[in-house]
Amino acid sequence: MKSGSRLAQRLIQLGVLLVILGAWYWGTLPGRINPLLLPPPAPVFRNFWVLLTTSSIWPDLFVTVREWVTAFLIAAVSGCSLGYIISRSGYAVKVFDPLLAGLYSIPAILLFPLYLLFFGLGPGSKIAIGTTIAFFPIVLNTIAGLAYVDKAYITAAKSMGANNLQMFWSVMMPAAFPIVLTGLRLGCIIAFLAILGGETISSLAGLGHRIVSLAENMESAQMFGNILFAIAMAFIINGVVSFVEARGKRGMQ
Amino acid sequence: MTDRKGPIMSPGIARLLAIIALLVLWEVMARLYADPLFLCPPSQAIAALPHIFSDPKIVNAIRVTIYEVITAFIISVAVGMTIGLAVGLQGFTKQAILPVILLLYATPQATILPLFVLSFGIGPAAKIAFGVSHGIFPVIVTTVAGVQNLRAPLLTAARSMGASKIQVFTSIVFPHMIPSFFTGMRLGMTAVLLGVLLAELYVSTAGIGFYTRLFAESFSPPDLFALIAVLATIAVTLNELCRTAERRFSRWHAS
Repeated sequence: MKSGSRLAQRLIQLGVLLVILGAWYWGTLPGRINPLLLPPPAPVFRNFWVLLTTSSIWPDLFVTVREWVTAFLIAAVSGCSLGYIISRSGYAVKVFDPLLAGLYSIPAILLFPLYLLFFGLGPGSKIAIGTTIAFFPIVLNTIAGLAYVDKAYITAAKSMGANNLQMFWSVMMPAAFPIVLTGLRLGCIIAFLAILGGETISSLAGLGHRIVSLAENMESAQMFGNILFAIAMAFIINGVVSFVEARGKRGMQ
Repeated sequence: MTDRKGPIMSPGIARLLAIIALLVLWEVMARLYADPLFLCPPSQAIAALPHIFSDPKIVNAIRVTIYEVITAFIISVAVGMTIGLAVGLQGFTKQAILPVILLLYATPQATILPLFVLSFGIGPAAKIAFGVSHGIFPVIVTTVAGVQNLRAPLLTAARSMGASKIQVFTSIVFPHMIPSFFTGMRLGMTAVLLGVLLAELYVSTAGIGFYTRLFAESFSPPDLFALIAVLATIAVTLNELCRTAERRFSRWHAS
């Protein structure tokens, strides 16, 4: 299999992006695509720049970030604790692991109308949906990490007279940590996506709400600017969280 | 961690008992404390099922949703596989174009949902398109991954024995791809369900999104719970079908 040099790859990737950008520009020339559906690139980037340099988006950004952090913290604490409790006994793992995995396969977004009914249109319902979605990968990975630590380590530690606390800190934690961390990364990212989704469906404030209300007012260029902002934010979150995960895994070894 | 010999009952029965205990707890709590405008005991939700299935409009809405999911799934698999093969079979395109696809995969699609409605209207087309936008990426990525773990000696052997391009594809590439193909189908199904349901909940005039909203706004939790239970059952059934297919067709592939 032939493979180009690194530079050539980067050039090709840049070329593909330029082609997409070119097609976007060409398609939005007067008389082609309706500018309500797809505005030309220039005003979109101008709006994106305005969002970056002014404080107009801050109130909505603050709402979304607060919902996201709250949802993630609740899911992380409850998921890790429940996972730890279940993983203490092999029998409980056999009983609850398939149950949780089965619940995970139900699309949680179905619960959103219920949450709207319970918690209202405000941040409450978004926190609830974000928590529900983030909870499952976290609890499942905590169980997977803690319950399947290599038996040889446990036997060795026991035979050398480790007590419960030593066992937890020196054997279980380091062995399970990378897997638990992967669960936390997944939970963190999908909580953000779920909250954006919840805000798009029904909300009073937040990034998703902003995009929907701009769409309903036919402010396409501003809407695209906001979409770019949300995409950029998702990338930054993704990058930061993956970096933390990689660092955490390396630190443990 | 103590190893108890011979637990009291098999894990399967214990699991069933745990589910029943949760339902009983819910029933008791809902009857004693809950406001009937917001929460209903599970028995009332079950009692509302006949009402759901006797209303032809609701049955039709469920049918429309199933149609949207299946159409979006077929499009995702067909187009995603084609793109995945085109990108994955060539080393260079894989290194050049795959990052762009991963870039698109990582965008939060919920933010572009209003766009789908603007361009496809509020009917099933927008839901199908949004479902495809969710389902196509896992299919592409797993197809590329499936082609990638093709072992080079197999290809060399086939070529040195004079196999044609088509023979290489049908006897080596294709059988090798089957396990990851079904994994891709399963992940694609999960994603399509999410996309279609998200779009349904966002805007719909006669689909299940309309009815969930109607039941929530008219404060009739039994109907709402019953409808959600029906949809969850459909989702789990479709997921299980894909999972069974995955297990069945990857069995020969011992590694």
